[in-house]
Amino acid sequence: MSLVLHIWRQSDSTAQGRFERHTIDEFTPDMSFLEMLDVLNEGLISAGKEPVAFDYDCREGICGACSLVIDGIPHGPQNATTTCQLYMREFSDGDEIWVEPWRVGAFPVVRDLVVDRSAYDRILQAGGFISARTGSAPDGNTFPVSKETADRVFTSSTCIGCGACAAACPNASASLFVAAKIAHLGLLPQGQPERNSRVHTMLAQMDTEGFGFCGNHRECEAVCPKEINIDRIARMNRDMYRSLVRR
Amino acid sequence: MIYDLHSNEPTGPLENRWTKHRFDMGLVNPANRKKYQVIVVGTGLAGGSTAATLGEMGYHVKSFCFQDSPRRAHSIAAQGGINAAKNYQNDGDSVWRLFYDTIKGGDFRSRESNVYRLAELSVNIIDQAVAQGVPFAREYGGLLANRSFGGAQVSRTFYARGQTGQQLLLGAYQALNRQIAAGMVEMFPRTEMLELIVIDGRARGIVTRNLVDGKIEAHTADCVVLCTGGYGNAYYLSTNAKGCNASAVWRAHRHGALFANPCFTQIHPTCIPQSGSYQSKLTLMSESLRNDGRVWAPLRPQDSDCAPADLPEDARDYFLERRYPAFGNLVPRDIASRAAKEACDDGRGVGPEVNGRRLGVYLDFSKAIGQLGEAVIGERYGNLFEMYQRITGEDPNKTPMRIYPAIHYAMGGLWVDYNLMTTVDGLFAAGECNFSDHGANRLGASALMQGLADGYFVLPYSIGNYLSQHEADPIAPDHGAISSAISAVNSRIDRLLSAPGAKHPPEHFHRLLGQLIWDNCGMSRDPAELKNALQQLPEIRDRFWHEVKVTGSGEQFNQTLERAGRIADFLELGELMCVDALERNESCGSHARSDHLTADGEVKRDDDNYSYVAAWEYSGDVSTPILHKEQLCFEFVHPSIRSYK
Repeated sequence: MSLVLHIWRQSDSTAQGRFERHTIDEFTPDMSFLEMLDVLNEGLISAGKEPVAFDYDCREGICGACSLVIDGIPHGPQNATTTCQLYMREFSDGDEIWVEPWRVGAFPVVRDLVVDRSAYDRILQAGGFISARTGSAPDGNTFPVSKETADRVFTSSTCIGCGACAAACPNASASLFVAAKIAHLGLLPQGQPERNSRVHTMLAQMDTEGFGFCGNHRECEAVCPKEINIDRIARMNRDMYRSLVRR
Repeated sequence: MIYDLHSNEPTGPLENRWTKHRFDMGLVNPANRKKYQVIVVGTGLAGGSTAATLGEMGYHVKSFCFQDSPRRAHSIAAQGGINAAKNYQNDGDSVWRLFYDTIKGGDFRSRESNVYRLAELSVNIIDQAVAQGVPFAREYGGLLANRSFGGAQVSRTFYARGQTGQQLLLGAYQALNRQIAAGMVEMFPRTEMLELIVIDGRARGIVTRNLVDGKIEAHTADCVVLCTGGYGNAYYLSTNAKGCNASAVWRAHRHGALFANPCFTQIHPTCIPQSGSYQSKLTLMSESLRNDGRVWAPLRPQDSDCAPADLPEDARDYFLERRYPAFGNLVPRDIASRAAKEACDDGRGVGPEVNGRRLGVYLDFSKAIGQLGEAVIGERYGNLFEMYQRITGEDPNKTPMRIYPAIHYAMGGLWVDYNLMTTVDGLFAAGECNFSDHGANRLGASALMQGLADGYFVLPYSIGNYLSQHEADPIAPDHGAISSAISAVNSRIDRLLSAPGAKHPPEHFHRLLGQLIWDNCGMSRDPAELKNALQQLPEIRDRFWHEVKVTGSGEQFNQTLERAGRIADFLELGELMCVDALERNESCGSHARSDHLTADGEVKRDDDNYSYVAAWEYSGDVSTPILHKEQLCFEFVHPSIRSYK
């Protein structure tokens, strides 16, 4: 089978980018999308050219490194899937595929399809934690947490920090990412002491980084590989108003 | 050089050793801690927890990772759980039992004092993680839930669905973030350690490459901690992340850090087989599948390309049930793995042909589905079936899964003493990159436990002890050792970029290496084959340096260059693995020598001659390392024989 790729090439953050056309002559349905790019790259290196830069690491859908917009959709056409878990059987012989980096001002392009997502790290540094000094923890069973709450916490804490939510959002908002962390920590008894301050410092940092705010487009939850629900954003907003009263 | 391989472990009753040692260690006054700089390389469970805890205590920490964020370290992919001797189930667990299970699981090739301390600290890890907000599974009453895991008769594994590693790593990452925000930890993402700086016999810093712009820089400190993970990627295909590498530990090894038990690498029996030569990694499927799946291969080689549905019962060989009637499909990892390999070596492997071989056997759920129904099986394994179908395009409800073993953990690593210090003064190693706690085989749910015990609860003490014996002493930036380390890095990069006969991308050589050591130093090791591999390895290495092709420059984001440097180190480490496997003339744990197996395929230890840690010194020539032995002495347990008949 063969296909045509239009891949975004950009030599560094300040350079002018462009699409480059490549023909893939042989791909098999059992290849992952990234393995198809590996084959392209080995061919480019053998031909003395520079390979296409893209982020990857675990290749099993959990590290959050991979980040491609494929035919306009972050992580491609398959639901609840990171790019590394997207397989070529989702495509057909003769397809033309457009591959771009995340398009978010707060995630500047590093090279080709690689972007700088350190803004997400800085948002978490601004308050996405529970201050628990090593060695000072009480016994793990001190605070019971109902199974229902624990399960709900888990469906927020499963966020892999890939950035697809912001990449899909027309406002380039990081709301789903921030809200998932606020729900994770704020639902737990251990997270209560810092609940009011956390929502403020994290949202302020999101603003500082240049992300927009939520306009209820719901594109984020549609592309989230971990299917995090947009109701976390409503919860975050409630936490924010609640904290204004209780501060 | 003569190494004092003294383990520096305390003496006396086992259960008092860590307490006694903590009291005996020196302390740094809180007001003085800010004078010290500590470098921590790697941000997985061990590195993240070390950097966060040292920052909290008041030391100045520089933390490095090659990924774009510390949150992406490969600890994130650990699925099963974390062991702790909490005895919340009231089923007879204790620190002593966890210690015993771990040392027995390691086939009596680890140090009693270290393993006991690990078991002792396991309970604190759970408390710490819960306090950070790690959402462990709960029972309906709100208390922590446990499940059982291989190698234990008690239920002591804490878990967060199949993503325990992710949740624990996020806990450590958030603790690290807090210290970054507080200015106590300076974080260097997308920065790779390429050299160790040793001054007057002490580790005093590292040379790094900024992976975005290629800038080479030196960072100095009062001590250096490596938490850089395992070397399973030496085999090219493994369950490790693509970026996992051994370069930091290998640089340290070349500076005098002994490398212990390099041949102890663990194989996981149930991974999705390779589907083509382009394959970049292997994906693990939980071992729990063997509870309901039956493993088989065609009885006759000529049937290996038949569709499984076309093979009647009498044309199938349920080889685990046949060979191990008592345990059947639930034999331990190493035995199941070797049996699958033997079936494929007989030409009875199934699945697509890759490089002329079919490497896979069936894991068949049809009997269980027939008995229990698709719904029950779906409830048990639904997410795994879905993952399998996504990767292979086949539905395990309709056709048997195909599985094959893969490398997924390295028990070997840098030799460390009880304080987790290597043979280089001031150089510490923690987590998977040291050799310390798992002996010749690691039990499930023990890797997360070790990484966090080292980082939260051991290094904060032993580093304080080390620093209390040394005045804070900044190194002048123009020190000769720094400039020579930088120029060594630069010339190596230049060499990678300008091979005289450049024609193959680096992966070409990585695949050659991986195939060679997988065949000869993988699931079963034969002395003649090991010797053959040892002959070929120097040739592959020579060809690599002559023919490797790296395009682009060193002054830019260049992933090909990154990989080439890592592969160059794997090519040397791979040889040491084979040397060690040949020298260890016994079978134990994961190390199955074909000449030391029982008739049933179980490993035969030789405690009289091989009850030691093999710690290898770099001699200046990769092919002739020097062996040092740390004799293991068992004062509290008696080495017994594992039996699964």
